[in-house]
Amino acid sequence: MTDSIASPPISARNLVKRFGDLVAVDGIDFEVAAGEAFGFLGPNGAGKTSTMRMIACVSPVTSGRLTVFGKDPEVYGAEIRGRLGVVPQADNLDLELTVRENLIMYARYFDLAWSEGRKRADELLEFVQLDERAKDKVDDLSGGMKRRLTIARALINQPDLLLLDEPTTGLDPQARHLVWERLYRLKQRGVTLALTTHYMDEAEQLCDRLVVMDKAKIAAEGTPRELIAKYSTKEVLELRFPADEQPAIDGRLDGLADRVELLPDRVLLYTSDGEEAAAAVHRRGLRPESSLVRRGTLEDVFLRLTGRSLID
Amino acid sequence: MSVRTLRIPTRSVRMIERNAMAFRHNWMVIFSGFVEPVLYLLGIGFGIGSLVRTIPIGDGHTVSYAVFVAPALMASSAMNGAIYESTFNLFYKLRYARTFEAVISTPVGVEDATLGEVMWAIGRGSLYSVGFVIVMLALGLVASPWAILAVPASILVGFAFAALGAALTTFVRQWQDLDIIQLALQPMFLFSATFFPVTVYPPALRLLVEWTPLYRGIDLVRGLTTGGVGPGLLGDVAYLAVMGLIGVTIAALRLRSRLLK
Repeated sequence: MTDSIASPPISARNLVKRFGDLVAVDGIDFEVAAGEAFGFLGPNGAGKTSTMRMIACVSPVTSGRLTVFGKDPEVYGAEIRGRLGVVPQADNLDLELTVRENLIMYARYFDLAWSEGRKRADELLEFVQLDERAKDKVDDLSGGMKRRLTIARALINQPDLLLLDEPTTGLDPQARHLVWERLYRLKQRGVTLALTTHYMDEAEQLCDRLVVMDKAKIAAEGTPRELIAKYSTKEVLELRFPADEQPAIDGRLDGLADRVELLPDRVLLYTSDGEEAAAAVHRRGLRPESSLVRRGTLEDVFLRLTGRSLID
Repeated sequence: MSVRTLRIPTRSVRMIERNAMAFRHNWMVIFSGFVEPVLYLLGIGFGIGSLVRTIPIGDGHTVSYAVFVAPALMASSAMNGAIYESTFNLFYKLRYARTFEAVISTPVGVEDATLGEVMWAIGRGSLYSVGFVIVMLALGLVASPWAILAVPASILVGFAFAALGAALTTFVRQWQDLDIIQLALQPMFLFSATFFPVTVYPPALRLLVEWTPLYRGIDLVRGLTTGGVGPGLLGDVAYLAVMGLIGVTIAALRLRSRLLK
């Protein structure tokens, strides 16, 4: 990791990816520092996966400049991939091999000796709590177990940079928390993480810094805290009105908060003091079905930046 | 994307290791492809052979019918093993198992994966040929010391068909398309001077048959096992080698544009 001080794990300048007429990534700039957990937050189709694939050296850059460990993926693809761990969006474990064989064979792809591969496979199976399933076929595993095995596989070469494309999409809450916990441990060990997600809680849990992506561009960049401070408020008052009253609300909440957001199913009031805003709503004679005060989240940031929810 | 020069596939051996590992779970399937040409040899080589007795092989020589048919079946078994592996199995890995998507995320590149798959397919074809030549020896169907070269010749036949199969498979969209490949192989197997000499055809048809790859393979292997060795065999070698190189290049280029999007 001698070059990690001189050149950041990932650096992109005016990075573009086109598929025919479709612009998947439209001139984005970002830099990921060593040891950092960096997130790409955005809805489906925002360009997150295309960006990840370019970083993983399996998708040629259309234009702009991308370096991974200071090197050009076009020229040094194999060398760069040797230092990466990749967890793709859809699991692509080897269905013809057992759980343990998947890891051992993957070690071979990185030119590790068989004995070393077996040793690491056993360590990693323990790390992702799959040691008891070592001899099973991959197909017999649950979704969460497959995901953990894919993460273990991505660690077989002890990567300097781990790329995770929607690591917990499709997992139940328990499985997600287990994955998060393992990723957090890796981060503590100094592994640089770059991940995409459309879950704001995942981004808040794992990311030191993130970019919000929308329509192939970066809409904002910062730490979760900075982004929330800049684009949301400390607190948010969520009000639900009976469906027929909802349209009539327009205008009647003016002045009660820094900003009011009318969504199809609820109204959001952005304010530094949610309780006070709720009392003010009542004083105006409005009677919502429910009201909830919560802190501002990245979901609010995204809504503010794009006018849309993260998950449609 | 512009087509860069293909990288030298130094890690292709990894695909062979991977396939060997997967194969250990499913090694029985190998026999089906081996048994078929042996049955043809017994049924037609000896069965029909008891009626035909001898067959002329060009330069005035005649050989028994079984000696005539055996090298053709040896070349065909190399073809069968190679083509089965490079069509059905490759298509499964490409389309359903997404094996290569995982592989190319590592230092193993598309070129490595392509060449590795082709080499594995050659290996299966070669295994059949070696098994078959042992059967031939046991049955006394080898008529020339040149036969020692029949095994490398069959490996070359395997290379040509493995590469052709891999190249064709990159164009395949569904399982039914693979049946079309099988449908093309069947007449080639029956009519490429496998069971009767090419001299029975009218000149135009004969020319056509002589340009099929299996005919070239059979001509080569038969020349070696019967001792009919001449410069014509070098033409066969060149034909098969060129076909293999073109096939593997097309396969690698097509797989790259498909996997590296």
